[in-house]
Amino acid sequence: MENLVLQALSGLASASSLFLVAAGLTVIFGVSRIVNFAHGSFYMLGAYLAWTLVTTLPRGHLGFWGGVVAAALATGLIGLVVEVLLLRRIYRAPELFQLLATFGVVLIVQDLALLTWGAQDLLGPRAPGLRGGTEILGLRFPDYELFLIVVGPVVLGLLLLLFHRTRWGTLVRAATLDREMVGALGVNQRMLFTSVFFLGSVLAGLGGALQLPRESVNLHMDLSIITEAFVVVVVGGLGSLGGAALAALLIGELHAFGILVLPKITLVLVFLVMALVLVVRPHGLLGKAPGPAHGGAGSAEPVIGPAPRPLLWLGAAALATAVLLPLLAGDYALSVLTEFAIFVLFAASLHLIMGPGGMASFGHAAYFGLGAYGAALAAKWLAAPMLLGLAAAPFAAGLFGLLFGWFCVRLSGVYSAMLTLAFAQIAWSVAFQWVEVTGGDNGILGVWPDSWAAPKLVYYYLTLALCLGATLLLRRVIHAPFGFALRAQRDSALRAEAIGIDAFRTRWLAFALAAVMAGIAGGLFAYAKGSVFPTFLGIPRSVDALLMVLLGGVQTLSGPIIGALAYTGLQEQLVRLTDLWRLILGGIIVALVLFFPQGLAGAARARWEASRGDA
Amino acid sequence: MATLEVEALRKSFGGVQAVRGVSFAVQPGEMLALIGPNGAGKSTCFNMLNGQLRPDAGRVRLLGQDITGLAPRRVWRLGVGRTFQITATFGSMTVLENVQMALLSHHRRLGQLWTPVSRMDRAPAEALLARLGMAAQASRPCGILAYGDLKRVELAIALANEPKLLLMDEPTAGMAPQERVGLMALTAGIARERGIAVLFTEHDMDVVFSHADRILVLDRGALIAEGAPAAVRADPRVREVYLGSGATQGGH
Repeated sequence: MENLVLQALSGLASASSLFLVAAGLTVIFGVSRIVNFAHGSFYMLGAYLAWTLVTTLPRGHLGFWGGVVAAALATGLIGLVVEVLLLRRIYRAPELFQLLATFGVVLIVQDLALLTWGAQDLLGPRAPGLRGGTEILGLRFPDYELFLIVVGPVVLGLLLLLFHRTRWGTLVRAATLDREMVGALGVNQRMLFTSVFFLGSVLAGLGGALQLPRESVNLHMDLSIITEAFVVVVVGGLGSLGGAALAALLIGELHAFGILVLPKITLVLVFLVMALVLVVRPHGLLGKAPGPAHGGAGSAEPVIGPAPRPLLWLGAAALATAVLLPLLAGDYALSVLTEFAIFVLFAASLHLIMGPGGMASFGHAAYFGLGAYGAALAAKWLAAPMLLGLAAAPFAAGLFGLLFGWFCVRLSGVYSAMLTLAFAQIAWSVAFQWVEVTGGDNGILGVWPDSWAAPKLVYYYLTLALCLGATLLLRRVIHAPFGFALRAQRDSALRAEAIGIDAFRTRWLAFALAAVMAGIAGGLFAYAKGSVFPTFLGIPRSVDALLMVLLGGVQTLSGPIIGALAYTGLQEQLVRLTDLWRLILGGIIVALVLFFPQGLAGAARARWEASRGDA
Repeated sequence: MATLEVEALRKSFGGVQAVRGVSFAVQPGEMLALIGPNGAGKSTCFNMLNGQLRPDAGRVRLLGQDITGLAPRRVWRLGVGRTFQITATFGSMTVLENVQMALLSHHRRLGQLWTPVSRMDRAPAEALLARLGMAAQASRPCGILAYGDLKRVELAIALANEPKLLLMDEPTAGMAPQERVGLMALTAGIARERGIAVLFTEHDMDVVFSHADRILVLDRGALIAEGAPAAVRADPRVREVYLGSGATQGGH
């Protein structure tokens, strides 16, 4: 019994820290509608800055608490700079492009932090005055944790006061409800957005700084917190402060007790709860359905016509290169080319969901990984030959695509994307924790092609044929009635329904088809690598796919193909050339978002049309 | 048999009774206008007919079949075409493709994965557009079309379903006066030729009185008059609703 109480208290402390970060995220989203991936980076910066300040400043109360507050404010200033230099320019861009930009910031911050503070974990001092513990029901509980438990509600109270008792707060709430109306009333939106971003970043920085006495500061803090913060924000309802508090409480306690009750599925538990909440309440616990979309939400998507002649030539040239070049290439180059082919299909499959489907997926790697595991498990447990393994891949991926998709495609926008992420994380956790079957972190080794396909050149051609065939099939589908129906429900749900299109069914089948295609890519990847690991289904790989599609452009299928080649090639080269590949890649992503908001293919298309004068 | 029969339809939003027991019928080939001042409940009434809104009470029957509360896509399947007050078309498709989509849906071919749309139902779509005077615009994207032209596209989409009933919510809003008369004359011609029952709402009284066979007048959710244009025009209650009757009642 005493143990349970302490466990609940420690859950409260986690909830409190989580709330600080999530509050910043939700406030920023509410006003600017930006899904800020970089929020986790601000949290990490807050922790690092606090470490530097606290260890440099004289010891004692002033040094510690002054350092923490100064770190939070400094983080706020960094957020402000990012808003003014980058985000301010892209508020009108599509949601996913903003996401891409903030992800560029994540990469940049990671390398800058590495350069500044080094790769090793940093341990901060404990908080003066809160080093000891207090006896609660005969057990000692750390004072600092008690302090954290108080911080959350205090910050919530202050924020509520700020939002309900000041003119600025009223404007923020108004902008959360209807941004355009606030603009029409003559409010200086720039100032409002910038100040909100500052506040949100301060909260993230504070959240990070307050972790100093609890855990070591390291370079993985950003992505681990951002996933949790997103979960909290989405479960609570985007833009809802009270919802964030409630969800933080729920998630914090879930962590605390999950370990006691169900240690085997701790990693899944949080995402299971999120999935459950979203299925029952599609807009989170306290979230409201967004009002009717305003007319100017985005310019109409371009018409998809037959490919222009130069593009056909370019495609033919690329195909010739893909077929002939390997004859001269060595084993390493062949492996790289094989990966190129696989990622082209992977990106093309995601494009079906994002482009014609108009949905976002943050968890597309799930189907890539499920394909890989499908093949590997068939090989390991059934001793299946390669072709059977390759057939099992799309089957496994498609089956789960049908299952997960049935839930995901009912929601829209960020909620739908977060649900795809939740399912991907569940799949990842199962691969990671079900050691008996999947080998856990060690993966499944020895997934090699049959002897006839063992030579790298043969396997490359096999991969090329399958990936190319599947990609062309996707193109065919996009141009066929089904693909048009998919675009129809994206363009106008009202009209689609009025002419007899079942939007849910169409989206669902498209989601499953994309999963099947990703599964083929995953299966081929498994045999190419000879092994599968949980990372195949991880968030970074989902983000890779997202980046490929967005870099290339979502409008036409040439986008993800070009994006996949550019991204895979760039990463490959950068990793070989420099340790700072994240910095450079992040910089390139940010530059692309600023200067080519339609993606590479979109920009080329615009230029081509302008040159012909019929744009 | 009447194409559409509406019986004691009711709908409230919160405490506001938007439609209070409306009943009427539309015959094949008939142009029936539903008019009334702003807020009379026209659009609410309309949206209940094709399933966009579920009525609180009452029945909607299409050719004798009860369709009350069916989803819009099922209502379409039973042979109802619809145009919207604020046009809704597929902006990323050309005018022709928009009509092709409606035809493909009518022929139940939208699930096909192989043959490109560009080769399916092209000729009938072109014929339909030619009939509505939109042939020249066929290859333009709907996203950049003028509003009046979008109204025509919507009509083409609705007609592609070979409808028995055509529901047109403000079909000429946003059009030039010359165009309005032309479009409604065209609609009336097609309706009579094919025996389509047409129910439309309209603000432009010239359009209403020159093209409707019969007129329903709705005020504050209830029908206050029904009949031939001349009769409705002469009805004192209609005059009161539209013009007010300041002299006798002192305004309200």
